[in-house]
Formats: sequence, C-alpha cells, structure tokens
Amino acid sequence: MSDESLVHVKDLKMHFPIRAGVLGRVVGAVKAVDGVTFDIIKGETLGLVGESGCGKTTAGRAILHLYRPTAGEVAFQGVDLAKETPESVRRSRRHMQMIFQDPYASLNPHMRVGEIIARPLRVHGLARNAREENDLVSELMRKVGLDASFRDRYPHEFSGGQRQRIGIARALATSPNFIVCDEPISALDVSIQAQIINLLEQLREDLGLTYLFIAHDLSMVRYISTRVGVMYLGKMMELTSSDELYENPLHPYTKALLSAIPIPDPALERQRQRILLEGELPSPADPPAGCRFSSRCPLAMDHCRIMEPQFREVAAGHWAACHLV
Amino acid sequence: MIQDGLPPFERGKRQSGEAPARKLLEVRNLETKFYTVDGVVNALNGISYSVDRGECLAIVGESGSGKTVGVLSILRLIQSPPGRIVGGSIFFKETDLLTLADRALREIRGRAIAVIFQDPMTSLNPVMRIGAQITENLLAHERLTRRQARSRAADLLAMVGIPTPLQRLDDYPHQFSGGMRQRVMIAMALSCSPQLIIADEPTTALDVTIQAQIVELVKKLQAELGTAVIWISHDLGVVARLADRVAVMYAGYIVEQAPVDDLYARPAHPYTIGLLNSLPRLDARVKTKLQAIGGLPPNLLGDLRGCPFVPRCRFASDRCREQNPALAEVAPGHVVACWHDRLKH
Repeated sequence: MSDESLVHVKDLKMHFPIRAGVLGRVVGAVKAVDGVTFDIIKGETLGLVGESGCGKTTAGRAILHLYRPTAGEVAFQGVDLAKETPESVRRSRRHMQMIFQDPYASLNPHMRVGEIIARPLRVHGLARNAREENDLVSELMRKVGLDASFRDRYPHEFSGGQRQRIGIARALATSPNFIVCDEPISALDVSIQAQIINLLEQLREDLGLTYLFIAHDLSMVRYISTRVGVMYLGKMMELTSSDELYENPLHPYTKALLSAIPIPDPALERQRQRILLEGELPSPADPPAGCRFSSRCPLAMDHCRIMEPQFREVAAGHWAACHLV
Repeated sequence: MIQDGLPPFERGKRQSGEAPARKLLEVRNLETKFYTVDGVVNALNGISYSVDRGECLAIVGESGSGKTVGVLSILRLIQSPPGRIVGGSIFFKETDLLTLADRALREIRGRAIAVIFQDPMTSLNPVMRIGAQITENLLAHERLTRRQARSRAADLLAMVGIPTPLQRLDDYPHQFSGGMRQRVMIAMALSCSPQLIIADEPTTALDVTIQAQIVELVKKLQAELGTAVIWISHDLGVVARLADRVAVMYAGYIVEQAPVDDLYARPAHPYTIGLLNSLPRLDARVKTKLQAIGGLPPNLLGDLRGCPFVPRCRFASDRCREQNPALAEVAPGHVVACWHDRLKH
C-alpha cells in the first residue's frame, strides 16, 4: 500500500443472497462485486466505468460501508472500517460523503433546502448554534452556485441541475476529504452536465477533495478522471491512467467499450470501426467460468473459459486481467 | 412567428404535384399547445421540416425542447385534452395527416409510418406474449392467416438478430433483456414494411455496447430496406454516426438545420455551438475546460418575446430581445435562426 493512498480496497466482495421458497432459504447469490483490489490516491479522481450490473455502484457503496462487505478489506486513511465499532464508523463517515445519481429522488421533498443542507451539520454536531448553522448553510450554497436566499424553498421548486447542486452542498457540509460521485450527471440535460462537471472540478481544486467518480459515460470519465478502472460482472478488468486507458487499452472489453462510444464528428465516425460485442451481459448470479468476459470476448480461447486471469500490473501503473496481455 | 424560412408567397400554398417525388414527409408551420391549469404551454411554435425517401433526419434537443411532441403530432398521438395541434400541415406524400379521417389515419399508423418509443421496458405489454404483440400489428394491417403472421413474426425477430426466434415468440417481455426488448420494438416497427420509422430516443435507456448494436442494426436495415428514419436524440455522438441531416430544437422552435457534416463542422446557432463545446470528446488528447451553457432550460409557459435562447446567449443584443429571428439560409441546405449569425454574412 502506497503511503499517499487514501482508500485501500483489497479483494472486496459484496454478494447479495437470493432467497426462495416459503422459508426464504438462500439458494444462491448475486455476486455484485466479486473480488476487486485497488487504491484511491489522495487528491485524484478515480473513474469507475462499466455497463449496468457490473457492480460499480455497489463497489462505491461498499467502500463507504453503506453495505457491510461479504469479504475483503476497505481501509480509509489506513483504518479498516469493518473492524471498527459502529460509533467510530459513524464518526469516520464525516470524512466521506456521497453524491447521488438522481437529484429528484435523493432530496426529501418535504424538507426545505436549508434544512437538507443543515442535516449533516446537526448529525455530526458541527454547528455550535443556530446562527452558525445558518452561516454555514449560506456559505455552502454560495460555494455550489446557489443563491442563499433560496434556502426556504422546497426541492420541487428547483431544476435538475440546481437540485444536483443542493446534493453537492449537502455532501460538502461535513468538510469531507473523499466523495463518491455515483453517476452525478446522467440524469441531467446535456447543456447542464458541463456546469456540474466544472463545479465538481472547481471544488476538488479548492478544497483538495478526492473523488471516486462512477459513470457509464466514458467521454466524461476520461475528461474528469486521473485514473480509470473498467469493471465487468463484478470484476476489475483494467485500471490505469486516463490517457493510457484511452490511447493504449489492453483488455478486449475496454477496447470494445471504447469503440462503442460515438464521437460527435461525422467524418471521423464514418472511418471508425466498431467492435460489436455479441449477446448480452450474463447474470451476475451465474457468471461464466474462467474469465468473466469469455462468453462475449471476440478473442476468447478455450483456456479463457477454464482459467480465470489474474489482475496484474502488466506495465508500470497499468493493471489488466486478461490471458492475452 | 415566421419559422420556415420560405419566402412569404410560398407559405401555406400547396398544389398537388408541386413537391418533388423524393419528399416523403413535409411538416409545415406545425404548432402544438397544451392547455394546462398553469396556463398555455407552447410546446411547438411553428416548425417546418421535411424528410426524403430513405433519408435519416435527426432531431436534436434537450428535454422540453419539443422534439417528442413534434413527432407525436405527426401521427396525432398527442393526448387531447390537454394537448392540441393548433396550426400547420403535415403532408405524408400527398396526404395531409392533420385533416385525414381517423379511420384513414389508422391505416397509416403502424403501416406506412411506424414508431419506436423511448423506453422498451414500458412500451411492451407485460402480460402479452411477444409473438402476439408482433402479430397484432400484422393482422390489423395485412391479409394474413394467424399461421402466416406467426411465421412473419419469427422472420422479423431473426432479422433484428434475436436467436432462436420461433421459441422466443412464446416468451413474455420480462424474459427479454433491455436491448432485446428494443430489438422487439424495432421488429414490430418493421413488421408492415413502413416507409418511415420514427425513433424516439430508442437507445437512451440502453448501455453503450447495446446502443452500438442497435445503432448499427438500424443503419443496416435502413440501407437494406430503404426506409426513411426520423431519429430523435440528445446524444450528438449517436447523431454523428447515423444522420444525414440534423435539426436542432430549442424551446419548441427549430433553431438550426443542416446536413450532418456541415452542422458539426460549421455550427452557426449559439445554442448548437454551445452544445458541441460542452461535450468532452473521447478522442481529446488535451484537456480543455468544458464550456458550459449557463442558465436554465427554457420555460414554455406563456408568450415569448424575442429569441427563446436570449437568457442563455453570449451574443444577445437588443434586437434579439425584441424580435424572434426567422430561419435563414447560410449555406446550401443549412438554415439558422439567429440575428447575430446573420450579421456575419
């Protein structure tokens, strides 16, 4: 573990039991995250990409201990939260926050915006009195580009982009140093997405934040991330610096994923070759034997269907799990 | 509100045989409003466009720009009340769809013009087998026996790339994945060999690898069958891949329309320019700060004075606040509604 690592994830597994029958007997498990290892370096933005069902959101939540991991270790600032008391985990939460995907569902419609933002301050006892709380809320609203005089309004009075700003202000309330951003722009209009991304970038610089940025929009992930991890069916397939991943992808899945992203340039699009993946994502309750990607991989050999490839460092700082690299 | 960029004497006039035979659909000055308790929502403010045979026209815009209302109006699928088409004409070949009797319109819906809806999860009937849903359309429009319809349905599923189609006819929608359901929707749309397919954000709910499959499928079918497509999207990447021409909508107006290469190479409306600049590119080697379009999406309630983009436009002048610019041609086939741009020419 490198000394600058803020979050250290080792062999993290998150399985959800499948119950059946009147007795609710466990008949299997959805292996949402099935053994991933990586570090999040202080000050970086680590992008996590993959298709729906690949386990990226579950990984983000397990890192924040919103789920108790099935196995493996998540250390935050060198402390393994699974070994701590609930009280100490609660106190650690102050330093790690989350921004949610859907700004319509993640704000309580019955609470005024000022109350929503003040809630984390109260939970963690960060304001000495009402006046201080008031000042802190105004300061937070200003920071995310909202007019502090809107504090008595309700969420429905705001547009999607503004609501996402409210969600960001709430996440910032406890002065965290690590924020999990779970698809923070995918519910927003195209012209608003750039506003939120620029705000997140600005805040990271100003406040020295570290982000785990979960998204399926690979163009945006390339833009905002220092390093990017590619997940498929609960496993990490490739992890390297943002530029390296896009210019020198090694894993066949990464290559297919990148070729599927359309570029807004018609002349270029006519020349680009698509690697079309056959079929659909297999079920995470019953993943293929050997390499997870072998059932859809255009290069799969017999060997791939039997032996699971190791996730290893194939070049300096470039990790991949594939027999062919 | 002059929007169609035609000289005034041509507007509203239409004689048989006037249009060249290439034109499949021609929408003129279409106006749709919604009469709600909060007031009148001006969803479409006189838009005009046309689609040629075998062509793919993309309509780009954000939520609330009127792109969906625009195409639903073509088939008179606007819920009424509160919605009402208050003006304009829609010619499909020589027929005005807006004055057509309901019975005759039903002959066109699903047969000559088919729609693929946005959400394949909710647009299929969950308690009806896939085979029954596809044959329903076939039996309504064509003289076929049940047995013939069933075998046609299996052929259609095979055409859109669903393995073992005969067995899958007896499955229910929940037994299909999202991408597979969208393929079923496409198979249903193709069932009566339509001349025009309207695809309303058909890949928005899908993952990128599945989106790529669907886009390539539509491209292939379009080339093979010569079907014209209206593709509605907010994704400028997909549009670059698929479209022949692009219309950009904002606040119920078409603000720019151009051949696809021209639009991306020489966007003229500040909104189009803003949209293109706010997107990060996958192939960008240098990180340049994204240029966000400031402000909020427009409110369509009530009357509007001046250009609808004024509150968010960097170039807005007094004239823009007073008078809404009409579309004007800046290059062959490239029209734009902007006072600022007009000053440059």
